Amino acid sequence: MGSYTASSLKRRDLAGLGLAWGALSLAGCAAAPSGPSIGRVVVVGGGYGGASAARYLRLWGGNVDVTLVERNPDFVSCPMSNLVIGGHRQMAEITMGYGGLKAVGVKVVQGEVAAVDAAGRKVRLLGGAELSYDRLVVSPGIDFMFEQVVGLEAAVASGAVTHAWKAGPQTLALRRQLEAMPEGGVFAMSIPKAPYRCPPGPYERACMVASYFKASKPKAKVLVLDANPEIQSKKALFERAFKQHYDGMVEYRTNAELKEVSGRLARFEFEDVRADVLNVIPPQRAGELARGMGLVTVNNRWAGVNWLTMESGAAPGVHVLGDATFAAPLMPKSGHLANQHAKVAAAAIIQLLRGEDVNSAPMMMNTCYSFVTANEAMHVSSVHRYDPTEKTFKTVPGSGGVSVAASQLEGRYALGWAENIWADTLAL
Amino acid sequence: MTLPRQPHQRGLLTAAATLLLLLAQPSAHAQDAALARNLAATCANCHGTQGHARGDMKVLAGLSAERIVAAVSDYRNGTLPSTIMQQIAKGYTDEQVRMIAGYFAAQPPKQ
Repeated sequence: MGSYTASSLKRRDLAGLGLAWGALSLAGCAAAPSGPSIGRVVVVGGGYGGASAARYLRLWGGNVDVTLVERNPDFVSCPMSNLVIGGHRQMAEITMGYGGLKAVGVKVVQGEVAAVDAAGRKVRLLGGAELSYDRLVVSPGIDFMFEQVVGLEAAVASGAVTHAWKAGPQTLALRRQLEAMPEGGVFAMSIPKAPYRCPPGPYERACMVASYFKASKPKAKVLVLDANPEIQSKKALFERAFKQHYDGMVEYRTNAELKEVSGRLARFEFEDVRADVLNVIPPQRAGELARGMGLVTVNNRWAGVNWLTMESGAAPGVHVLGDATFAAPLMPKSGHLANQHAKVAAAAIIQLLRGEDVNSAPMMMNTCYSFVTANEAMHVSSVHRYDPTEKTFKTVPGSGGVSVAASQLEGRYALGWAENIWADTLAL
Repeated sequence: MTLPRQPHQRGLLTAAATLLLLLAQPSAHAQDAALARNLAATCANCHGTQGHARGDMKVLAGLSAERIVAAVSDYRNGTLPSTIMQQIAKGYTDEQVRMIAGYFAAQPPKQ
């Protein structure tokens, strides 16, 4: 792997970065590891993958030196953000700090990676600080392939169109647009071809927007324009939800690939759609950091990994987690799985630092809950085991599945899932 | 929890050499413990870190291993009704469930 420098990034990726450096202190957190350190690990990206890795390296490694680099001051959860868009939760309820990680001895640095020197095993941050590592974990999430839709980048930049596919200001922006939308208006959402982050997410979003309209703007419409030939997750359950709760309000169209956006006009191959609120979930690929580091090895989009260690196929000593990875068969891009990737990586990194053999039979599991009304949810689950012959994770035959029906009980489980995974990931 | 495996013995090795070998490698017991820990961590997203669940979710820390094994078995065969546990229980072998149960049983009930 060659070195990676920020100059290889496009200009837009660098805009507005590195502003927090005045207040930065690398001394950060004290909690000294007990005994001599067995190694230094730098984790870049504080989402579900990176934060979980940092937490579990400390929990299981004890005396591993862990530094987490994250550009944002707080963790904002994508899971449950559709409830904010539907008006059923507030931003504060999906926003959490990194104080828990600091309390368990993770050095948390708010900053942005400027360059990685893979040969010298050093990360340089914007502002000049350098972090040396024995192992590097990158969990960069996804970035958008704006070039695939003419005009989309400008429309998002101007605020005319939202993506709301990275939780944060975009989530709130979409919520505000829905609140300001006239009675009887049209909300249109474009779904990209799979694979994308969170397969059931767009359909949950359609339900959440419709739940808001049903209560507050009953004449409004939800138009779902899916580039895929069918609903990508929990298909029968979402079809039932659209009919049972939002009949006449939600209209779902397949094979609608977005070509161009101009203001709130969306051009598809066979039709133009003018919306009052236009939400475009753009096509996605591994986060820019993974691309810049040369970690993207599959389809020019995703980072291939060794599934026993999550180590990059392109860069020894660099582990990649979460949505940025080229997924194993039937493994969705989810926060839950990013957390599970992190645990496999943390266990392997500790063993590698100690010179031990890594676990040859790791397991992962996934659960994605989707809300269809303010308090009813349904799930999809899967259990994945490492297959030594095919060197990837495969689902365990006979395991996993979906809900029989959405229910209030599963709505409570969904909230319980969120509370527990947030605590697990962030050491709350 | 499985019993720790006996270290591999060879006739020509003296007791001292065996000890050196053991010191150079993580013990079979440590490996099993790490494996049980890793397996149990796949449950943490709903049942809390080390089984210390929050909110409505079931706390597993400190439950007896027998009780956890029996519950998973009942979920698997449908004796115990569930929304999701039946699907997840079928993803783990009996041996894995025993290791997970042993891990949670060994956790103190409260953090």
